Amino acid sequence: MTQTSANRMSSQVSPVKGTRNPIKLLLKGRAFFALIAIVVVFSFLSPNYLTVSNLLIMSSHVAIYGILAIGMLLVILSGGIDLSVGSILALCGVVAGALMQGVELKPLGVILFPPVWAVVVLTCALGAALGALNGILIAWFKVPAFVTTLGVMYMARGIALLMTNGLTYNNLAGRPELGNTGFDWLGFNRLFGVPISVLALAALAVLTGLMLSRSSFGRWLYAAGGNENAADLSGVPVKRVKITVYTLSGILSAIAGLVLSSQLTSAGPTAGTTYELTAIAAVVIGGAALTGGRGTVRGTMLGAFVIGFLSDGLVIIGVSSYWQTVFTGAVIVLAVLMNTIQYGARGIRQ
Amino acid sequence: MSGAATSRPAGEVVLAARNIAKSYNGVKALKGVNFDIHRGQVTTLFGENGAGKSTLMKILSGVVQPTSGEIVLDGRPIVFSSSTDARNHGISIIHQELSLAPNLSVRDNIFMGREITGPTGVDYAEEERQVRRLLAELEEDIDPLTPVEELRLGQQQIVEIARALSVDSRILIMDEPTSALSATEVEVLFSVIRDLTAKGVSIVYISHHLEEALQITDHAVVLRDGNMTAYAPRADIDLEWIVRNMVGENYDLGSPPAGHDFGPVMLSVRDLTVPDPAGGGYNVVDRMSLDVRAGEIVCIYGLMGAGRTELLETVAGKLSATSGEIVLEGMEISHLPIGERIARGLALVPEDRQRYGLVQTMSVGQNLSLASIMEFTRGVFTSIKLERALIQKSIRDVTVKTDGPDVPIGSLSGGNQQKVVIGKMLATDPKVILLDEPSRGIDIGAKAEVFRILAHHAAAGQAVVFTTSEVNECLSIAHRIIIMRRGRISAEFTSDITKEKIMAASGEAVAA
Repeated sequence: MTQTSANRMSSQVSPVKGTRNPIKLLLKGRAFFALIAIVVVFSFLSPNYLTVSNLLIMSSHVAIYGILAIGMLLVILSGGIDLSVGSILALCGVVAGALMQGVELKPLGVILFPPVWAVVVLTCALGAALGALNGILIAWFKVPAFVTTLGVMYMARGIALLMTNGLTYNNLAGRPELGNTGFDWLGFNRLFGVPISVLALAALAVLTGLMLSRSSFGRWLYAAGGNENAADLSGVPVKRVKITVYTLSGILSAIAGLVLSSQLTSAGPTAGTTYELTAIAAVVIGGAALTGGRGTVRGTMLGAFVIGFLSDGLVIIGVSSYWQTVFTGAVIVLAVLMNTIQYGARGIRQ
Repeated sequence: MSGAATSRPAGEVVLAARNIAKSYNGVKALKGVNFDIHRGQVTTLFGENGAGKSTLMKILSGVVQPTSGEIVLDGRPIVFSSSTDARNHGISIIHQELSLAPNLSVRDNIFMGREITGPTGVDYAEEERQVRRLLAELEEDIDPLTPVEELRLGQQQIVEIARALSVDSRILIMDEPTSALSATEVEVLFSVIRDLTAKGVSIVYISHHLEEALQITDHAVVLRDGNMTAYAPRADIDLEWIVRNMVGENYDLGSPPAGHDFGPVMLSVRDLTVPDPAGGGYNVVDRMSLDVRAGEIVCIYGLMGAGRTELLETVAGKLSATSGEIVLEGMEISHLPIGERIARGLALVPEDRQRYGLVQTMSVGQNLSLASIMEFTRGVFTSIKLERALIQKSIRDVTVKTDGPDVPIGSLSGGNQQKVVIGKMLATDPKVILLDEPSRGIDIGAKAEVFRILAHHAAAGQAVVFTTSEVNECLSIAHRIIIMRRGRISAEFTSDITKEKIMAASGEAVAA
């Protein structure tokens, strides 16, 4: 992770270097500078903050929000919003938990214990289906994204509660004799000392970054979000783009759900409540415009790390969790204010 | 001012424009305009689209501020900070684009923002009484409680007029008030205008219907490309004078490219019928047929609402037709999505470049390459090298003046932005290129360049169809001129026709 975040930071610096005006420079690299400031301040306040092990632990917390934020970025780039990610995360976690407990086929009198890879695939498929439902309602039936995803948010949460009767699956470990062990791999294992969840976030971020900057789909997405009418008349399949981004957001929510239940070793129906708002906050802090067409994976990742490192830092120095909420809120308002200044100034110059 | 028999003696000057200039993003919309508005008289502004009429009206009514120059009210220079400020000085405006809230009733729209209040809140009964009186004056039978969205366009325009009348202004600006009115409604409006002027109200009038405007006006101001070209009282002018001053004499936009033979029919439209996309219940394109050959340039001329835009949008795939066929190179394409029509060689340059042409969040280069992304995609990824090459070729082809392909699209002038939209579609290497008002809102130099580009592409064997509402542009590069009126072809001419005949066929220079 240190490796990838270093890469990200250096690539953030290069466009900034070209800007001469110091205020513009601060404005353009604001998420990056905010992250530096957070790390510096908390390093002074706590000797334990700036240690490799703490940075890795904090990063594994960021992974959940970060994965959700990548999906949210895609949706926001298209000019939409996805309020259902937190609930899809919970429902997918619960479904994964249920699958780990075994699926009883009554007429046959057998209980199936799917292997972990099958659980992962089925869970992601469920996330994709819910996301596609969002996308189809929005693109084909012209239901506003806010309303569609609000509805799916309630439905997914409700189904998760119904499935578990409000309870939590605590036994996700599987049993060796059934061949379904390994669910904790995502949340606990490390590769070269780096938590798997952080590696997953880095891989997803790199893939999405490539998709946005180098694939034709990425270009379609920026165009459709920047001006849907112009994109449509230029032959961009706008409806397909929209359905795809909501589907991807659903899949990423499912992945985040798997990572979270693996980290917690339990799957509960109330997991991920208000995570959609944290994801939106990360995207906004990362400089994306809620009106669509502007935003990068790099910025969104910085946004997710700003939120994660700030709230974990406050925990470490022993500030009340109520204060964390206040701080996070202030950071979001500040970020939106800066977005307005940046894009507003550009608008006037045009 | 000469006091000829047909013209009433000029009253005192109530409002005057002194050297008014206005620039938008470096594009000069007005370049120093001077004229007077006399008490109790009608002053009409003539000019083609983009001549600066609406900009001038917005300045006089306080909607926008001039870049330089001043407005003189009752002999004193004045600055209007907003349209409310202007209204408080007795100036109100009827906008060309209706500014009504469709969800509210006629009564609520007329009193929007200045509700009559009594001890118990808004006095709806009094408002309703006043609205009934106004509508009776306009001889329009509309219930004040009807939501505006349930009215037809002409009735909405009447409501807009009633709203302006309800303010008791001294100066009333009317920007194309009759564009959606029937002949009888126009007559009623004119008698209302005569009543108002008799009471001392000054009217500033704008209309594309030249003869109609000549019936009512006392003074004429003619604008062309932001310059005031003429200012004279009614007695000194006639239709021919207006047209001459509007379009200018030495206004060379090129001539039809010669020296190449037309190829086979590339685009064939058969009995195309398109219903009103706004749900008006009538057909905006009515069983229209049209053939365009390779190498041919066809100009479609018509007034606002003639169905030109809808025709092109249907051919391009944005709107769908209820009947008829669209054949591109012998193949029926009505069922294809826009992207496949582009891939088969049909490109549309839309009329409104800000809303339909450009992606403002993208750079110049990304806008130019937007319609040809698959051309430079290899496998999963786009090729930066191929894209660069395509963008450089486009910039050269349509001669975009830019600081490079990576600058924001908004940093270009209007004319160069328009060239980017055209270049984007030309980059798809189309066989048929449709352009809806390609010269809208760009200056004369850019216009000439746009037409030169089109002529060049026609000579290279592409079929070109463009629409315009400026007569002069029909008489430039087009081999064939088609006049559209109410969704149908009302006349067809070759390039040696006169301006007057074109205007007559479009319904423009004919008394209502």
